[in-house]
Amino acid sequence: MAGIVGYGAFVPRNRITSEEIARQWGKDPATIRRGLMLEEKSVPGLDEDTITISVEAGRAALARAGIDPQLVGALYIGSESHPYAVKPSGTVVAEALGIGPSVHVADFEFACKAGTEAMFVALSVVESGRAKFAMGIGADTSQGAPNDALEFSASAGGAAYLFGQDHLLVDVVDTYSFTSDTPDFWRREGEFYPRHGGRFTGEPAYFKHVTSATRAILDRTGFKPGDFRYVVFHMPNGKFPLAAGKQMGFKPEQLETGWVVNTMGNTYSGSSPTGLAAILDVADPDDLILITSFGSGAGSDSFVLRATALLPERRGRAPTVRSMLDGRRTYLTYGEYAKYREKILVND
Amino acid sequence: MPSPRYWREIPARYRLEGGRCSGCGKVVYPIRRVCPSCRKGDMEPVALSRRGRVVTSTVIHVAPPAFHMAAPYSMAVVETPEGARLMVQVADCESDEVVPGAEVSLEFRRIQREGKSGILCYGHKAVPVRSGSA
Amino acid sequence: MRDVAIVGVGMTPFGELWESSLRDLFVDAASLALRDAGADHLDAIYVGNMAGGQLVGQEHLGPLMADQLGMRGVPSTRVESACASGGAALRAAFFEVASGASDLVLASGVEKMNDGADVTGVLATAADQEAEVYHGITFPGLYAMIARAHMAAHGTTLEDLAAVSVKNHRHGALNPKAQFKQEVTAEQVMASSMVADPLRLLHCSPVSDGAAAVLLCPLDRAAEFCDKPVKIRASGMATSAMALADRHDPAFLDAVHLAGNRAFDMGKVGPRDIDVAEVHDCFAIAELCVLEALCFTERGLAGEATRAGETTLGGRIPINTSGGLKSKGHPVGATGVAQVIEIVEQLRGEAGARQVKDAVVGLTQNMGGSGASAVVHIFERV
Repeated sequence: MAGIVGYGAFVPRNRITSEEIARQWGKDPATIRRGLMLEEKSVPGLDEDTITISVEAGRAALARAGIDPQLVGALYIGSESHPYAVKPSGTVVAEALGIGPSVHVADFEFACKAGTEAMFVALSVVESGRAKFAMGIGADTSQGAPNDALEFSASAGGAAYLFGQDHLLVDVVDTYSFTSDTPDFWRREGEFYPRHGGRFTGEPAYFKHVTSATRAILDRTGFKPGDFRYVVFHMPNGKFPLAAGKQMGFKPEQLETGWVVNTMGNTYSGSSPTGLAAILDVADPDDLILITSFGSGAGSDSFVLRATALLPERRGRAPTVRSMLDGRRTYLTYGEYAKYREKILVND
Repeated sequence: MPSPRYWREIPARYRLEGGRCSGCGKVVYPIRRVCPSCRKGDMEPVALSRRGRVVTSTVIHVAPPAFHMAAPYSMAVVETPEGARLMVQVADCESDEVVPGAEVSLEFRRIQREGKSGILCYGHKAVPVRSGSA
Repeated sequence: MRDVAIVGVGMTPFGELWESSLRDLFVDAASLALRDAGADHLDAIYVGNMAGGQLVGQEHLGPLMADQLGMRGVPSTRVESACASGGAALRAAFFEVASGASDLVLASGVEKMNDGADVTGVLATAADQEAEVYHGITFPGLYAMIARAHMAAHGTTLEDLAAVSVKNHRHGALNPKAQFKQEVTAEQVMASSMVADPLRLLHCSPVSDGAAAVLLCPLDRAAEFCDKPVKIRASGMATSAMALADRHDPAFLDAVHLAGNRAFDMGKVGPRDIDVAEVHDCFAIAELCVLEALCFTERGLAGEATRAGETTLGGRIPINTSGGLKSKGHPVGATGVAQVIEIVEQLRGEAGARQVKDAVVGLTQNMGGSGASAVVHIFERV
């Protein structure tokens, strides 16, 4: 079975606090922070986008794998904020990473699930023998509409996973995908911001798919919640993943390490992949890990993973997620945030 | 800018590919056909390290239209370990960090955009290295 | 080669000349030069212009200007070397006469900058588009980097930079053709808005319209046209690395140094023999670097020399008695020729309130981009 031979993440260095956004709209900061369990979120600079984030995450993954990029036979990027409507992000990232031209490249899209989707396909391409190495990346710089709940959480960041057959840092034990047509959150062509169904995004969407996929993979693999050292779910806000975990019998300690949302925000396709990277930054050999993503529309991808003895040796080759979340960062006013997120109208 | 003009520079801008002279060893960035030092050797592609030191710098306050919203921004001439020098913007920095000798890493960023409908143009920017952080 | 003299000069005022188009400016200056010499025909025309195409959509200035001057049929070419276009036009005209190929040649320069184009972007085309401008550097930004390098290497201060602007405005206040005829104080310079750190608005030459022209002929025919011909004693030109990153020492203008040495060698004079000079102060730092590159002061000491008054009217080596680019204005293509006119007037003794006593030998230095091209001419009263 194939597995992860390299991983990396990148989170932009700008931040805005929930407090600053709340004040802008006359909301009570304390209520927001408590209700969403969000302190601050990352904000991409005017010079950052899904492509730039993917390149930096991809570089880290290649550094940890220590392989020649020319050996990567497939590259997939999942995002809901690809910089072009038509022209792949993947080709820019491949050229920047020194991958190709003998490479299969595709861009993926499935709301917040596009990252794990890219990972799933990359894994499958290696398992099938069609490529020696394949990379799957989840990255986003999605927007939240002004004065909408999502404005507190929509952030920027991503993670890259390189799959191969040998010298695995992480074994992939099993995968499971659960999908249905559930219109909980969408964006039509030409619209700047997405729309969502309010409370409909909860039970029938997020919780149904996350718990169904997770329960199914536990069932199939025979593992119980208690068997896992680390668990990470998609993090649309601070509350949902903790509630889902509790619902399914996981303990807060299992969720803690991957729960990066309270200072990172929801990086959409990068959410659970970046949470997973934070776990891999500290996991011990043989630790069992569960990741279940969620993408509106809707679907969840679950992976059961096991860390190998090689992981601690290689992970020092690139920055950790925690160093990016706790390290150098710049706090923005709402005005600066609006400028960076181009919410201010200007002539072309 | 016209696409072919941008596309031609991709190896230099995306992968920091410069040129090393097979005759005298001089490393230039970006690559060019004739070695500016000896005019004799062949220039072979060489990827520069993604780090270097600041040689000189400034902060642009009055910016061209493409960079209007980003002003004020820092710019620096950076020298890589291979001895090549490049002109880059400096991102995620305080202007007083960008001093001669300051260590920087080179990160992939979007350099400019052709308005709302043109192509997106990428390259590298310098980011000051601060000890103990990413 | 024959000796060459300047026998007629003419220039428009420099400034925001809304009523005049690019072609109007040229004709005004050229007509004044022809009238000054009493000449009624030309063997050739050189038009120095950096960016007619980008600024007003007009290329092919050679025939356009000949036509507008009523000189259809005359050989006429546009010469371009960014901000050194005027000096380069003079050099081309000089060799055409010196070689014996032509007798009466007009060397001119013209620029129309205020018709609404993106001037910052246009001026940046003098820099390396792919390696420099792509990344967001501006023309002032390049000189700001030079300033910082000079300050780090030699201890040059912001006060030194301000002293250049103050002096040039003081001179410009005496020049009826200058764009800015008011003096400025060091405090005003240091309080003006920041353009590219450490250069502020009042360290930077302005955006200007204008034209300038000089008529050349062989020295032995000069008496037909004027009583006080000025001989072109030498011409020197050099280039350097285009990109600032590729210059060995960003604080040293090696093209200026090389061009200066070539002119000094050809003219068999040295810096100490120069009585008055017009140099390319596109930014205050440029004047300091040029003084050092031409060996008018020692390396690193130009700031001190300026503050001590060595380069002011009445000082050891008066620099930019016209007001320089800063106060007189800088219509890019015209500047190199306007510098020549100031020196000619000085050597003719016709500089009025700006007159340098007993000026016999003068020098002009014109420069393109961040110093990638440089042209130096030396002149002598005969």
